Amino acid sequence: MSALLQVRNLVTEFGGGKGQPGTRAVNDVSFSVERGRVLGLVGESGSGKSVTGFSIIRLLERPGRIAAGEIFFDGVDISRNSEEEMRRLRGKRIAMVFQDPTMTLNPVLSVGTQMIEAVLAHESVSKEAARQRARDALGLVGIPSPEERLAAYPHQFSGGMRQRVAIAIALLHKPDLIIADEPTTALDVTIQSQIIAEFQKLTEEARTAVIWVTHDLAIVSRLADDIAVMYAGRLVETGPVSEVLNDPRHPYTAGLIASVPSQNHRGERLHQINGMTPALNRLPQGCSFRTRCERADDGCLVMPELALAGERSFRCIHPVTKVSAS
Amino acid sequence: MVTSIIRRLIQAVFVVVAMTVIVFIGVNVIGNPVDILINPDANQAERARVIAHYGLDQPLWRQYLLFLQGLLHGDFGNSFVYGRPAMGLILERLPATLELAISALAIALVFGLPLGLYAGLYPNRVSSKLIMSGSILGFSLPTFWVGLMLIMVFSVELGWLPTNGRGPTLELFGVRWSFLTGEGLRHLLLPAFNLALFKTSLILRLTRAGVQEVLPQDYVKFARAKGLRERRVIAVHVLKNLMIPVVTIIGLEFGSLIAFSVVTESIFAWPGMGKLIIDSINLLDRPVIVAYLMMMVLLFVVLNFIIDVCYTILDPRVRLDSKA
Amino acid sequence: MAEHDMQETLPEPGRLSKHLADFFASPAAAIGFVTLLVICCLALLAPWISPQNPYDLMQLDIMDGRLPPGSESMTGLVYHLGTDSQGRDILSGILYGLRTSLLVGVLSAFAAAIIGTTAGLFAAYMGRRTETVIMRLVDLQLSFPTILMALMMLAILGKGVLNVVIALIIAEWATYARTVRATALVEREKEYIEAARMLRLPGWRILFRHLLPNCLAPVIVIATMQVARAIGLEATLSFLGLGASVTEPSLGMLISTGYQYLLTGLYWISFFPGIALLVTIVAINLVGDRLRDVLNPRNAS
Repeated sequence: MSALLQVRNLVTEFGGGKGQPGTRAVNDVSFSVERGRVLGLVGESGSGKSVTGFSIIRLLERPGRIAAGEIFFDGVDISRNSEEEMRRLRGKRIAMVFQDPTMTLNPVLSVGTQMIEAVLAHESVSKEAARQRARDALGLVGIPSPEERLAAYPHQFSGGMRQRVAIAIALLHKPDLIIADEPTTALDVTIQSQIIAEFQKLTEEARTAVIWVTHDLAIVSRLADDIAVMYAGRLVETGPVSEVLNDPRHPYTAGLIASVPSQNHRGERLHQINGMTPALNRLPQGCSFRTRCERADDGCLVMPELALAGERSFRCIHPVTKVSAS
Repeated sequence: MVTSIIRRLIQAVFVVVAMTVIVFIGVNVIGNPVDILINPDANQAERARVIAHYGLDQPLWRQYLLFLQGLLHGDFGNSFVYGRPAMGLILERLPATLELAISALAIALVFGLPLGLYAGLYPNRVSSKLIMSGSILGFSLPTFWVGLMLIMVFSVELGWLPTNGRGPTLELFGVRWSFLTGEGLRHLLLPAFNLALFKTSLILRLTRAGVQEVLPQDYVKFARAKGLRERRVIAVHVLKNLMIPVVTIIGLEFGSLIAFSVVTESIFAWPGMGKLIIDSINLLDRPVIVAYLMMMVLLFVVLNFIIDVCYTILDPRVRLDSKA
Repeated sequence: MAEHDMQETLPEPGRLSKHLADFFASPAAAIGFVTLLVICCLALLAPWISPQNPYDLMQLDIMDGRLPPGSESMTGLVYHLGTDSQGRDILSGILYGLRTSLLVGVLSAFAAAIIGTTAGLFAAYMGRRTETVIMRLVDLQLSFPTILMALMMLAILGKGVLNVVIALIIAEWATYARTVRATALVEREKEYIEAARMLRLPGWRILFRHLLPNCLAPVIVIATMQVARAIGLEATLSFLGLGASVTEPSLGMLISTGYQYLLTGLYWISFFPGIALLVTIVAINLVGDRLRDVLNPRNAS
């Protein structure tokens, strides 16, 4: 039980209940994250990667609910926690950064108010002390003249600055784990790099664990230590980033990597994965990727188990090998 | 912010001027001014005198200027019925109407806001569905009929509450108010509830719609992710955003409450402006009608102006952008 | 994908029947519709089914005044819902009153819809100054509540049912104009209008053959709701003594005449007409509510 976070066989359903199965957005997902390490949780939209993040912090939108599985955080299964116990964890030990910085801050409250309330939610300190903490946090993420900025409202900040504020809020209590849900997707490339650098510094200095939810493999290759690839609610491949990206085993992972433009040479036709992501309530029988996979045969009509190979695992009976790929 | 206020002021003046034109055309061109203006009991000499006094022998644009001149001095002529300045009559009855409208608005808010919030936060509960069905009824029930039924139940059958008038009043800031005495409060209760019924449904539905729009927003989710207590999430993050549309509607509906008080005032014999205007229309008391209409126009323009200012204060996006 | 898009833009042959099926999928709407149908039939057939003609003073017997429900007249006629102070059978009064209410409601909503839709289309199509003038007028009008507008018109025109109808039309047209203009503005930008302009089709043809049909759905929904509002407002104005005359009472007038007797416990003169009014308005609102859901393109999935 050395890992900070261990997710075991997590199932998150939307709808259903009372014996009726709902739509499984997250299906039998297991992974772990250690202190000071970054896990890149990768997948297309609708693959369940964001829902996994929200399941951990338990901020699922109705009618979503955790139907099965365990989430061990620092040795305690928090999936059985009461709502109040979860509240004490949120923002304090597990923080979250959202995708769209223009939507995460409340437009009618000043940045100061939104930071101070976050401090006061977990610590009974004076308002002035909380304000000082907020000021320091803003300075830490590189926002100039933090004192003045506290009185400002979100719309007076640029998108990148707003994301820095959101990160500053996430850092207020020096959390053990940060779940970052595509935090750079809505930002310019230059700002992206700055934010990523910010996170790298963080994991090194404060030994904070990070789950970085994204569809961008380029970011994962720069930032993450480990990678977990999701497809249609299931993990299809996990392992150390360098190994998985250099030598993908699951055809879906291989397809994703081949689709990144930089992986192609000029003039070469860009690789694409055939077909579209299937709807979660109309998944094909057996392997969910079967209908889009060139390697599929009748053996794929049964859902393959996650095969373990050292630090890595993959869910495929016809795995890609370096030889067959080249 | 100053420029936007000035712009709004100009718009307000434009509305007032436009309404004076409409009222003027309505009364003096569509209606027969001689018929309406002159007391039917007047003799020939009197008729000629009044026609000359109002300048009815003059061209229309001059008549309009004369009309405007009167307005600027608050001079709408004397009421045919009471023989006193029309504006004075209106102003005398204004506090009673304001008291009724403010009470009704307070009731509508006290019931509409929490119920709407509840129905919005827990849309699937049976109680929420009951609340929403009830609000449809509140929309459909004719106000005047509900007033009668209130009288029937609470005054005639149960004998708990009085049916007409303001009851004893007390003076505050030079104006007499009913709500300051226990008996006056009893008189106020039924009319205020009657007038509030429709607006309660409206505010309730609006609040619920607002809650359902704000709740799925990322900033609410982020507020929860910060570990805020649910109470603070609702009371600060949801409510503060909700207040912007609600305040707008409250301002607009307050004016509509004053207009609709004609019905309630007639039923409960509440001595306000509304009852006066109905009597005046029935008796063709033209100076009072014009005075009332112009009073309402002014009231609405002022209200709209206040809403705009409130809106600016509530929404930092509007406030700070217009300053820059 | 392309195939899918085609299907959405092409009008489906069974759209009406699909809308109908959608409409009746809601039990509340079905109940509202049936109730409304019954009310309309009752109103239409009033001269043949009502026990007496409440507008014919010869048929009224002042001796039968203020009889409670279920009383019997000298001639053996049973007053199921009682009589008013003039000896008028309340049931007959309600049936005839419904005629007035529905007529006023439908007539004013229809006329306001035509005027408002035309103004809105015109504003959207012409643009520039015409649009500014029309929309300023609409804004001006909508910044005042309906009842104030109606009172103003009645103050100018004088009392009477016809004047109430005129007042309602003037008070309500602006709502249509605003909605139609908003819808038409969206439509105006679409390619088929551009194409029609390219073909040099005459302006009126573009307006009525191309723009209008696309604005009809919101107009139908507003019109339905406005019928209910107009009925309520007519009743209110009649109650205030500004509408129907005492000798030919509408529902509002019946309730008004019962008002003074209410205090002495004679509830039925006001009570039953009020129920009739309430049922009518609720039924129309239920139908309108459902129409809004069914005809809303955003909900058509």
